[in-house]
Parts: sequence; C-alpha cells; structure tokens
Amino acid sequence: MSDIFLNTVLTLDASVRVCVPLIFASMAGLFAERSGVVDIGLEGKLLMSAFIAASAAVAFGSPWIGLLAGIIASSVLAMVHGFASITYKGNQIVSGVAINILAAGLTMILSLAWFKKAGITPTLKNDQRFLSIDLPGLELIDHIPILGVIYRELISGHNILVYLAFAIVPLVWWVVFRTRFGLRLRAVGENPKAVDTAGISVETLRYRALLIGGILCGIGGVYLSTAYNAQFVKDMTAGSGFIALAALIFGKWHPYKVLAACFLFAFLDAISIRLQGIVIPGIGEIPVQLIEATPYILTIILLAGFIGKAVPPKASAQPYIKEL
Amino acid sequence: MTRERRLSWINGFLLPFLNVLTAFIATAIVFVLIGVDPIKATKILIYGALGYDEGLGYTLYYATNFVFTGLAVAVAFHAGLFNIGGEGQAYVGGLGTALVALYLNPALSAWIVIPLAISGGLLFGALWAIIPAYLQAYRGSHIVITTIMFNFLASALMVYVLVNVLREVGEMSPESADFIKASWLPFVHDVFASFGYKIAKSPLNLSILVALFFSGLVWFFLWHTRWGYAIRAVGKSNDAAVYGGINPKKIIIVTMCISGALAGLVGINELMGVQHRLFLNFNYGYGFGGIAVALMGRNHPVGILIAAFLFGILYQGGAELDFELQNVSRDIVVVMQGLVILFCGGLEYLYRPILIRFLAPIEGTE
Repeated sequence: MSDIFLNTVLTLDASVRVCVPLIFASMAGLFAERSGVVDIGLEGKLLMSAFIAASAAVAFGSPWIGLLAGIIASSVLAMVHGFASITYKGNQIVSGVAINILAAGLTMILSLAWFKKAGITPTLKNDQRFLSIDLPGLELIDHIPILGVIYRELISGHNILVYLAFAIVPLVWWVVFRTRFGLRLRAVGENPKAVDTAGISVETLRYRALLIGGILCGIGGVYLSTAYNAQFVKDMTAGSGFIALAALIFGKWHPYKVLAACFLFAFLDAISIRLQGIVIPGIGEIPVQLIEATPYILTIILLAGFIGKAVPPKASAQPYIKEL
Repeated sequence: MTRERRLSWINGFLLPFLNVLTAFIATAIVFVLIGVDPIKATKILIYGALGYDEGLGYTLYYATNFVFTGLAVAVAFHAGLFNIGGEGQAYVGGLGTALVALYLNPALSAWIVIPLAISGGLLFGALWAIIPAYLQAYRGSHIVITTIMFNFLASALMVYVLVNVLREVGEMSPESADFIKASWLPFVHDVFASFGYKIAKSPLNLSILVALFFSGLVWFFLWHTRWGYAIRAVGKSNDAAVYGGINPKKIIIVTMCISGALAGLVGINELMGVQHRLFLNFNYGYGFGGIAVALMGRNHPVGILIAAFLFGILYQGGAELDFELQNVSRDIVVVMQGLVILFCGGLEYLYRPILIRFLAPIEGTE
C-alpha cells in the first residue's frame, strides 16, 4: 500500500519536473497567440535558449548568467519572428518553421565551434546549475506519515525555476485578464482594427507580446539545460515546444486550463516511462508509443470539435495591414 | 518597359534572387563567426558536390528526395494550404512501399512489383494526409497544427511497427527484413554499366526518373487540367472559387491527398533505391527541407527542380565540409535551410518596398 502511494507521489513529482518547460513555452505561446501571432517557433526558442544558457553557464560559471543569456537568445529569435511577421507581414507559420530549423542547425554548428563537439556542451558543475532547494519546515513535517512524503518529494526539493513556473501562471492570468495591457492584448488578437482605431499601435502591442513570449520561452530552455539536466544535448527539447502548443490549444488559450493541460501531458510522459513493459490485467501491455502519442491524439480530437471546441483568437495568423 | 512589366519582373525574378542571395550572405556570416573562411568552404562544398562522378551522384540522389517533398509542399501551397506534415507523410509512405516490397510474391516480375511498391508509397502518404485534410475541410481545425501532430503520430506509429511488427525475430535493431529483389530500383551506375559506360558507384538510382516524371505531371496537372485550375482558384480566392462552382472542401481533400502522396515517394528513393529495407528515421529532415525547396522554387516544378538540385549540392557538399574542415559539421546545411525559409518565406517582402520605390515608382509621385 505505502509502496503504491510512494510510487504515485514519485510519478507526480516526475510530472512536475517534466511540466516546467511546457508551462513556460505554452505561456509564451499564449501571449503570442492572444495578440494574433501564431508561434510555431516555440520549440526552436526553447532549444536555442537551452544551448546558449548551458554555454554561458560553463563559460562564466554562473547559472544566473546562463539564465540571462538564454533569455536573450530566445528573445532575439522572438524578435526575428516579429520582424518577419509583424513588420514585413510575412507568413507567421513560415517564419516559425524557419526559427525551429535555424535553432536546430545553429545549436549543432555553434557547439562544434565552441566546444569541439557537435550537439553537446560540457557537463555543468553544480555551481553552474540551478540546484534543488529544500523548503523551510521540512524537518517539522517530514515525520508526519502521508503529508511528510508529499511535502518532501512533491512540494519541497525542486529548483527555483520550478517554483517560478508555477508562480508565473497566476501572474499571466492577472496580466491577461486584469490589466490594461491584457485587455488590449486580447483585443488585438480578436479585432486589431478596433484597437488601431482606438489609437493604439497594433504592431507595438504584438511586438511586446512576442518579447514576453521570448523571455518566458527562454526561461523554459534554461531550465532544460541548467536545472533539469546538467548540459545541453542535441535536440534535447524533443518536441516539448510542440507539446506546449498542443497544451495551449487543449487549454483553450486560458492560463489555468493550459496549466492543467501541461500537467496532464507531463503526467502522461512520466507514466509512460513507468508503464514500460508492465502488463495490465485484462488489457495487456500498453505500447509506450501509444501513451507518448496521447497528447497529440487528444489535441486532434479536441481540434476536431468532438470534445468541446477550441476556437483560437480570431485574428491569429493574419498580419495586420493598416488602411491608408 | 511599362510599370506592370517592371513589377512582374521584380516579383518574379529580382525579389526571389535577392532573397536567396541574402540567405547565402547570412550563411557566409555564420561561417565567419565560427572561424571558417566562407570562400574556402564554398570551394570545398562545390567540389565535393559537383567536382567528381561519385559526388555528383550523391548530389542527385539527395536532390531526388527534395524534389518529392518540395512538390508536395508546393501543390498544397497552390490551394492555400500549408502542409507541414511532409515529414510524417514521407515516413508513413515508406511503410506503404515497404509492405508491398516485403510481402509480394518474390517470383513476380519487377515490372509488376515496382509500380505496385511505388503505388504503396503514394497511397500511404495520401492516407496520412487525408485525416488532417478532412479535419480542415469539414471541422475547421487548422491544417498546420494537425499536420504537426500527425508528424509526431507518424514517428510513434513507425517506432511501434518497426519494433513490434516488422522487426525480424532475434534482431536487435528496429528494421525490417530485406525487400524482395524484384522491388529494388536499379542504381544508375549499374544501368550505365549495362550499356558499357563505367561511372563511379553512388546511391543514385532510377528514382530520379520517377522524380522528373512527377515534376512534369504536377506541372501538367496544376496548369492544364480542370482540377489544377480548381486548386489554384481555391488558393487565390476561396469566395471566387465558390462563386465559380468549385467546392473548396473537396479541393482541400484532393490537394492534401496529392501532397501527401508526393511526400510518400521519399521512400522510393531511400528504401527501394538504396537501403532495400525499412528502418527508423529514413525520412529525417526531408519533409522540412521540402518547405525550403518549395519556397525557393516559387512553388513551380521547374523552380523546385533547381532548388532541389541546390539543396542536393548543399547536402553532399556539407558532408564533404564535415570531412575536410574541423570546425564545421554538415548541420551547416540545416542552418542554411532555416535561413532560406526565413528569407525566401517569412521575409519574402523584405526588399519589395525599396525595389518598387526605385525601379517601378507610381507615376506622378516623384
């Protein structure tokens, strides 16, 4: 009994860790898409940031410099996306794809040039990483039966970026639904012309949304290489950016629902490793690939409108062309 | 020259040329940043890709894949659809080819087996595109998102099939048994040898003829058939197409099936032509490469052939760079692909305002 309980807690704990980059990336996508810019490039930004963060952490010996560098790298890509899709009114999806491919190539080329190994950075020492921190009061609660395990394994003992991820969701909600900027952001994604008529610059708003997205995505990438792992390895995002995109749709562009979707997808990921080779009575062995594919299948079913309906912001993917 | 002539000249020739040039200059900057002389690198690249028989063979072999995926993306573009799913369609198309080439009676003639195996690729590629197409046409789900999801589903499916179904008993690596001999497409060097000419061995095989055939077919289909007209009409203006009696929903399905089928042909070159078995990730990168090829080739079969050849050069020359220089790996090609997509796609209008201002100003405003 206590074994099952401990296993459940550990699976949930693993889900929390997997969830973090998904949260950052999907919140980044939320800002972009709410402003009417589709962001396929989340994956590329995560990857680039993960690489630059690990490189900077190795070079300067501090995870904080890594964090800064990762955020800058991701924001630069976000601005390239903005330049193409806002200023030059190019196809938003095309420039997003470009960013993904560019990031995949650049991380390989730069790692070879800087560290003499393609697609890998040196292993980060402990003082170059974000390490897990014990929350206060651990000794007090630790001996309480169920609560102690939950506190020790699930709530305490994560690194600072994990707590930041969960703290950022209510903040995003507050910004999007309770501030003037958020109101304008939502308006510009639904009806940019109305916003323009009110004398507010559509372009500036969208750039700001993309910049916020760049910063958030950057933190997600930093987490991957300096906190969750201790180095950058080739293609380490492994589709997280696209899962985040799926979570964004699955959560219908609403911060809390998106968080729930991220957690669901992360949980599926965590459980798929544990279910490997285990035969479930009556069903047999579930193929790992099926569990891995579940987030995508669920999102497709939702998109098809068979369970609820995911309606994106009306003006998304459309460049705004001002009438003269 | 009238202003219209100048404008079409700017849009059709000058702008694409400048865009490609910008992508190359940006790549040169990347070379400089990593401490490689771009001119030396270009020399190595071009020699490696075109300088000798074997290199040229490899170049054309890589180009063949890009023709298939480039055509796939282009056909969809003409209907206003962005098919990001070439990667998955190529993968599953390979499964279709493999099933035919594995399980058909080995005694059958190659004249029967090869067309059937090619059809298997076409069919499975199309099948993998039909669900996103249906969802776009009848349920309004955005094709870009669904095709992305289908890429991931394809790779999950293929891992499952290769590990649990097609893998031979006792084998460790997830790959199928060898295809039946009758399904092997002859290598070009063998064909030449049978006529008495000796050329260096390379993976180049007769798939390249299939690629040329389909390029011609796509050109004929798009510009000289009723369906092609309908596809282009839907792409230009949905409303006008409806007014003209065209059903856009049907067109979306037809277009995506053709697009998926074309992507499904990558397996012909890779599996029937070279490896003669199905294995993991044989499609890797060609689906996305097709986007760059289609954008660079302006969605026209002739442009795509040229762009595919260029990417063939980059792929083969990139391998040579990898070999010759310490500081570069062939991933430089991926960077270049990204830059081409950025400058020929996302930033395609970068120079337009300035070109129009200087070369084709509106009369009377100067």
